Amino acid sequence: MSSNVVFKNKWLPIALITPQLLITFIFFIWPAGQAIFQSFQLEDPFGFSREFVGLENFIYLFNDSNYIDALFTTLQFSISVAFLAMVSALLLSAFAEHIVRGSTFYRTFLIWPYAVAPVVAGSLWLFLFDPTIGIIAELLGKLGVDWDPILNGSHAMWMVIIASTWKQISYNFLFFLAALQSVPKSLHEAAAIDGSGPIKRFISISFPLISPTSFFLLVVNFVYAFFDTFAIIHAMTQGGPGNSTSTLVYKVYNDGFIGLNLGSSAAQSVILMIMVALLTVVQFKYIENKVAY
Amino acid sequence: MSIKHLTGLAVMATLLSAQVHAKTDVEWWHAMGGALGQKVNEIAADFNASQSEYEIKPIYKGSYAETMTGAIAAFRAKQQPAIVQVFEVGTATMMGATQAIYPVYKLMEDTNEPFDANDYLASVTGYYTTNDGKLLSMPFNSSTPVLYYNKDMFAKAGIKSAPKTWKEMGDVSRKLLASGAECGFSTTWQSWTQIENFGARNDIAMADNSNGFDGLDTTFTFNSIPFVNHIAQLKKWSKSGIFKYGGRQSSGMPLFYTQKCAMTMGSSAGLAGIQENMKGINVGVAELPYDETLISKPQNTIIGGASLWVLRGHSSETYKGVAKFFTYLSSAKVQADWHQFTGYLPITKKAYALTQKQGFYKTHPGTDTAVIQMTSTQPTKNSKGIRFGNFLQTRDIINEELEGVWAGNISPKVALDNAVRRGNEQLRRFERIQK
Repeated sequence: MSSNVVFKNKWLPIALITPQLLITFIFFIWPAGQAIFQSFQLEDPFGFSREFVGLENFIYLFNDSNYIDALFTTLQFSISVAFLAMVSALLLSAFAEHIVRGSTFYRTFLIWPYAVAPVVAGSLWLFLFDPTIGIIAELLGKLGVDWDPILNGSHAMWMVIIASTWKQISYNFLFFLAALQSVPKSLHEAAAIDGSGPIKRFISISFPLISPTSFFLLVVNFVYAFFDTFAIIHAMTQGGPGNSTSTLVYKVYNDGFIGLNLGSSAAQSVILMIMVALLTVVQFKYIENKVAY
Repeated sequence: MSIKHLTGLAVMATLLSAQVHAKTDVEWWHAMGGALGQKVNEIAADFNASQSEYEIKPIYKGSYAETMTGAIAAFRAKQQPAIVQVFEVGTATMMGATQAIYPVYKLMEDTNEPFDANDYLASVTGYYTTNDGKLLSMPFNSSTPVLYYNKDMFAKAGIKSAPKTWKEMGDVSRKLLASGAECGFSTTWQSWTQIENFGARNDIAMADNSNGFDGLDTTFTFNSIPFVNHIAQLKKWSKSGIFKYGGRQSSGMPLFYTQKCAMTMGSSAGLAGIQENMKGINVGVAELPYDETLISKPQNTIIGGASLWVLRGHSSETYKGVAKFFTYLSSAKVQADWHQFTGYLPITKKAYALTQKQGFYKTHPGTDTAVIQMTSTQPTKNSKGIRFGNFLQTRDIINEELEGVWAGNISPKVALDNAVRRGNEQLRRFERIQK
């Protein structure tokens, strides 16, 4: 049997994909095109004068040590968030799967943080970590840690990593739990009869079988850390102290919406767009082949 | 009832409702949240009730930066409000957009509204006027930094009065530390209080071209010796606990609220928040300290806060409404009430006089400190105000570099040199797009 569906009317398939194409055009291609156009321009905020400057915005960025710093900050931040959010979600879902009594209760509570708006999550953690009034800061102080995210760049970095991770764990948890539940029970039973314990069974049976989910989550988490953490950083550190928590996306916002430097902001968006495209290609081409479905 | 009657009634109803809607709507975008926002709504409602031709519609648009960028985006989409509140660092950007703004002096002339710029406090209007004295935007909420001090902690340390000079800041702080205080003083808005106002108070230029008033080809000079010495001293003091940095903007206030620091420098409009957060604690308000080695009689400080800009693209009827509203807004009664409620400066001399007459300063000691500090001397070219393009970004740059100093990563001299270099890049970019 052929898997190809044959449409008798040639307009029907076109009509069916038009909404999708329109949405793609309006929400992706058009703004992306505008960003590319704007990245070659220098203009005043109100849009009265406009000057074509070629690659000047890009050249300026790559000569700006702050931009290079932001690149490394972003990598450090994204890798930490993706790693921590995935590992802790995997652990939690592995435990949650074994819980029999009150499992709905636990699961609901683990999923809850996902419903919190990023900016609220940021403010919440900021209160906990505030060196003057925060509870966690006070506990850390008692442990002998001189907690000071206002001046210490790496403390500030940890603060935004923890808040961003916390926000993402729920999402990862949902997917991991669903994946773990779809692992055939019979495999576990057979292994248990052969005498392997729950940890061994998790490592050698469950973990390999959920690798497609893990791969999917890896991509999603990177995209999350790259793009969706802006509000958390904005609420917690505003990119400071110094430049230590200013990620690429935060810089796009800051230069474009606050500084009204539209050309530079557009150039930064274009660079981000290229980076994401490359990342996706590399991941699907080289990593996906190694993921067993 | 016949169809004819019904139609007649419908026509009547339409006419009547058209009559109701004949009021001209005037949109006013602002950034006053919370209690301030309610006060703004109250002012608008009172104005609307005072006459029947115009209806002011205040709309809260978020933070200052969000309000300003929102208005600019709206202008590009031809959906701009008639009035928008823009914070002081956005002044140069708004001034540069000559095609977008309707200067207030011209608006008042065109609509024949009575208006005399001399009624206003010179140190407030100076910020928003051209060099030939033409007022471009309507001053609304202006504040200036003052020194807040915890009288209870002062009494415990046996200190009689608030420090007047930077040297006294050090002496007083040492006594406070000896009496068990955790830190002497903190600051909010470090660029505004420790660079911009440090320059104004001690009459030193922050940039050439009269701090940017004389043209766009300005370069920053705030890496000169007095500034470097000031930052170096703060750095030295931050090691011994005399000074403690509490974060950008006003996030350092909890250090003062929780009585860790006995003094802080902050906006005069912060007094309401202090009273709210420090119930039962005696707080005094003093003038910002000056450096006695630089100046014997300190200059005035410069303002912060925001002013109201009028945007082009509306009907002359709307602009009449705007002008009427501005007249109402700057009346002594409204201004005095706003000043007393918020801690912002009274922008007219009459509002100040009325507040004095009402005995407000006697019942609320300290609330006139900011006014006295602003008006006791004639502003010089270094204390008139600042006008720098892209200054929002430069403030960020100053924050970044100073944080490097407090964290001990770079020396004060290098940090200020960096800030001047990076700030100058912003000035040059602004100069280029102003054509």
